[in-house]
Amino acid sequence: MELLLKTPINDSDRIALKVGDEVLITGTIYTARDAAHQNLVDSLAKSEILPFDLQGQIVYYVGPTPAKPNQAIGSCGPTSSYRMDKFSPILMAEGLKVMIGKGERSIELIEEVKKHQAVYLIAIGGIGALLSKTVKKAEVIAYPELGSEAIRKLEVINFPAIVAIDSRGNSIF
Amino acid sequence: MYKIERQLVIDTIKAMIIEATKTLDKTIVDKLEYAFDKEVNILGKSVLAKIIENQKIAKEENIPLCQDTGVLVCFIEIGRELVFDYDLTEAINRGVSLGYTDGYLRKSIVRHPLNRINTLDNTPAVIHYDFIEGNELVIHLAPKGGGSENMSSLKMLSPADGRDGIINFVLETIKNAGGKPCPPLIVGVGIGGNFEHVAYIAKKALFRPINDQAKVLEDRLLEEELLERINKLNVGPMGLGGITTALAVKVNSAPCHIAALPVAVNLQCHSARKKEVTLVGTIA
Repeated sequence: MELLLKTPINDSDRIALKVGDEVLITGTIYTARDAAHQNLVDSLAKSEILPFDLQGQIVYYVGPTPAKPNQAIGSCGPTSSYRMDKFSPILMAEGLKVMIGKGERSIELIEEVKKHQAVYLIAIGGIGALLSKTVKKAEVIAYPELGSEAIRKLEVINFPAIVAIDSRGNSIF
Repeated sequence: MYKIERQLVIDTIKAMIIEATKTLDKTIVDKLEYAFDKEVNILGKSVLAKIIENQKIAKEENIPLCQDTGVLVCFIEIGRELVFDYDLTEAINRGVSLGYTDGYLRKSIVRHPLNRINTLDNTPAVIHYDFIEGNELVIHLAPKGGGSENMSSLKMLSPADGRDGIINFVLETIKNAGGKPCPPLIVGVGIGGNFEHVAYIAKKALFRPINDQAKVLEDRLLEEELLERINKLNVGPMGLGGITTALAVKVNSAPCHIAALPVAVNLQCHSARKKEVTLVGTIA
């Protein structure tokens, strides 16, 4: 039985999530993968204002295919999360609480998730067509020059994910 | 002498790419359905169900199976009776450009590994040429995802490491990769050759039909043993545990130096997209 989560996910709901829980997310999530993470971290290093407030937010590691004229978004499954391991602690220190990607993360990253009482969710890799059906709206809000890697604000309904690292630092892998 | 028009090559490549990114071959779907029936891990089974549902949605609604529409890898077999009065590589890349642009596919290629500037049309493809008898041009292509490619590995073993050394290296590669290459996998293994050739034959192994067996006995026995042992690693669908880590193992071998035992492991994710088309030349 999946747990229904509405964004913004409040602290108690997030902390209650346990490894292996299947969830359905409804609300707002932001996309960012390799290049966007580099830009966000570079901006923080220069004390610039970020394109969106990270406080309590959800970041999804995805670079979608282009939307056709009748679609909100193209195929949009997760990319491997380990490549974001060096950036995520910096973003969690700024308030990021939920990350969605796929695959294992480093031991150091698990410790950071625990420290910030954040959670790491996984979506199933390679099911981008199915996941695209849960995205009702997508708007590029930063770094349009990055194309697929631009930051998009997504409105999703019942986006399926699995808790892979919970706020106590338990990992599914 | 025979010829094949440049425009036909372009149109064929474009159509193959668009088709490949949206439909899984029936032989792959059958394997996934068989794995779903057999899988004992609840989470693993649920992942397989979603993978099967995804390919239905992709096909029916014309949406790419996966957002990573890959680097395009081509194996081109050129009939010896064909003549070309144009640049075949350029024609193939023209087809790639049109396929990725008109097909609403992701452009994932950057011009230089350090400047990371996108080429904006997914060119250039990685193209391998070979010659065959006759007047046909056989095109094999696969949009190859980055996740499974990143987890692939190559090692120059010593002859004394032998068969056990090969098996251990393959198992270690797949265990270390975990969920990252999007299992269930097709595992392409190259043994022998030299440093670059072993990677080439491992890649070529991924283009073999999923239900075939290696022609060489030693390779066939390795395929059987590796598949069984890989599926005991409990990596499972997307690394969440279970008995479905690989759908198939393909081993290709080649002669090698007395000092060497090269091994390459090229991983293919469950979105095993590939196409084959044969164009027949007309009299030039």
